[in-house]
Amino acid sequence: MWIDVPPFLPFFIGAVLVALAPRGWARNALLLGIPVLGGINLIGIQAGPHLEVELFQYTLTPFSVGTFSLLFGYLFHLAAFIGNLFALHLKRGDEDTLQQSAALVYAGSALGAVFAGDFITLFIFWELLAFSSVFLIWARRGERSVRAGFRYLVIHVLSGVLLLAGALIRFHQTGSITFEYVGLEGLAGWLLFISFGIKAAFPLLHNWLTDAYPEGTATGTVFLSAFTTKVAVFALAVAFPGTEALIYIGAAMTAFPIFYAVIENDLRRVLGYSMINQIGFMVTGIGIGTALSLNGAVAHAFNDVLFKGLLFMGMGAVLHQTGRMNGSDLGGLYKSMPFTAALTTVGAASISAFPLFSGFVSKSMVMAALLEEGYLAVWPVLLFASAGVFHHAGIKIPFFAFFAHDSGIRTKEPPKNMLLAMSLGAVLCIGIGTFPQFLYAILPFETGYWPYDVTHVLTQTQLLFFGALAFVGLQKTGIYPPELPSVNIDVEWSYRRLAPKAIRAIVPAISFVNRTVRSAAVSQFNAFQRVAPRIYGTRGMARQWPTGNMVIWVTVMLAAYLIFYFLK
Amino acid sequence: MSRRDVNREADAPEERTHLWDKPENVSRLLWVFYALCVGLVVMDLVVHREVHHPWERFFGFHAFYGFVACWTLVVVAKGMRKLLMRDEDYYDVD
Repeated sequence: MWIDVPPFLPFFIGAVLVALAPRGWARNALLLGIPVLGGINLIGIQAGPHLEVELFQYTLTPFSVGTFSLLFGYLFHLAAFIGNLFALHLKRGDEDTLQQSAALVYAGSALGAVFAGDFITLFIFWELLAFSSVFLIWARRGERSVRAGFRYLVIHVLSGVLLLAGALIRFHQTGSITFEYVGLEGLAGWLLFISFGIKAAFPLLHNWLTDAYPEGTATGTVFLSAFTTKVAVFALAVAFPGTEALIYIGAAMTAFPIFYAVIENDLRRVLGYSMINQIGFMVTGIGIGTALSLNGAVAHAFNDVLFKGLLFMGMGAVLHQTGRMNGSDLGGLYKSMPFTAALTTVGAASISAFPLFSGFVSKSMVMAALLEEGYLAVWPVLLFASAGVFHHAGIKIPFFAFFAHDSGIRTKEPPKNMLLAMSLGAVLCIGIGTFPQFLYAILPFETGYWPYDVTHVLTQTQLLFFGALAFVGLQKTGIYPPELPSVNIDVEWSYRRLAPKAIRAIVPAISFVNRTVRSAAVSQFNAFQRVAPRIYGTRGMARQWPTGNMVIWVTVMLAAYLIFYFLK
Repeated sequence: MSRRDVNREADAPEERTHLWDKPENVSRLLWVFYALCVGLVVMDLVVHREVHHPWERFFGFHAFYGFVACWTLVVVAKGMRKLLMRDEDYYDVD
């Protein structure tokens, strides 16, 4: 390392330069150079705080190297490089330049979060993640994307507000804003837990992901899949390791989304559900909280960014070339996009955790840790999910996009930069799967774990092959559900359908009551005006005005005022 | 996203036959696959594998579990469609 440059800084400066840079080699050099230089800057960096800033009564640590920081730091530089390479061809108009700048701010914010030493810094980058990434959704234009982007933004800002509230309560209770172990205790703990849970797509809080990611641009969703949820996994690993609830939350995350993935038509939404499933393995690993399981959780996060990125790139290339993303519209593309098909299949093999592919060397740590710690009832759930991953992501994605029935679409391979980015991803997936020692060397704990033994290779291969056999059987018997143009109702129904309908139903009722009460009051007042001369005489109310009488009337007026105020 | 480069003329006369256009290629692949499946279960007899979970004691447990898991997954998911499936523009119209 040359000097203590906070890792987010080159990205933020780069974002401005990219926006100003002319098209062509200068901008390309910036987009590819920044992640490389930033990555080199991390080499040999010392653990502990590197930069402290005083702000009011708080001491902020915007640059601090914790247990998991470096692994995620390297990962995010790698992801930014691959993503920028994949999006290098964008040059039509200013909006696409904006996309490239937004992606740099987004990657920088993710780096800021994993090198944050305190909760205030974390909060700032937490919100920046949301505000920068939403442009990758909006850049697709179209009403759907704009609306999905707003929903995404609202949910993530809410997550940030909860984070800040939790951090401030914690500060008042403990006097510390240090980003460290918190645990599920007290209001502060719960607020932080829910805040992280929203970003990590916990069950019931997960729909922002499957809503927004399929609406991003062909290149933008590759970035989206890399950063937001992984920052959340990082935050959970720092603040809630060994929190038992996470084991069960994680298990639920591995299992329920795969049912949706099987019947979902939009292939990028399938990958969205599949992503929640993979995060489930990480969350479970964090919940177990042993050295092996935490290693497994963060190693799986590392691998997931690469193989999920590769799958999103494959689908992005298909979307870019054909303008289509629904399984019901695609098929037979291996004829015109053979390289894309092959590279996507590498991603599919990796997420399915085939031996020699990256998923195998990280997921197995979480599975082994579960058995080591005696969670015998949770293990079958994760094993079910492991078989299910192969089914919905490993087979379904390549099969319905590139094989299955021939859709008749003839196109060609995507631009070279896209193929190159996918190739890099594929090489890393196979490289890490085949030589896991290089990944294991940068894991936070020394465990001596080695994934390649006869038992593990055999059992995993059996699981996957017979999962595939079930797919063949289901296809041959015609039981397999066809891809249909449709949406499937999920938790999002409550805020996309129920709440708007309920509000629309309630508003007329409120205005009806309001109108009725007001007109009744007015008619009472008019009636009183007619009666008043009889009580007070024809010369008006002001002549005789006993104090007691007046107090009563003031009270009545105040009460009426209050009522009208609330009804307004 | 534009739909450039798309040409929907699958049955253009000059198009060559691709690998999986021939049913015999598909069935060849499947026979190799079936043979591998059989081989993997037989391996359970030959190889002494470690047992960490009580269910793993059963012969061919992982093969059986993988098959049943995927079959159940798809059948249940298909059933869920009856309850959950709506038109594609469900959220776009009021």
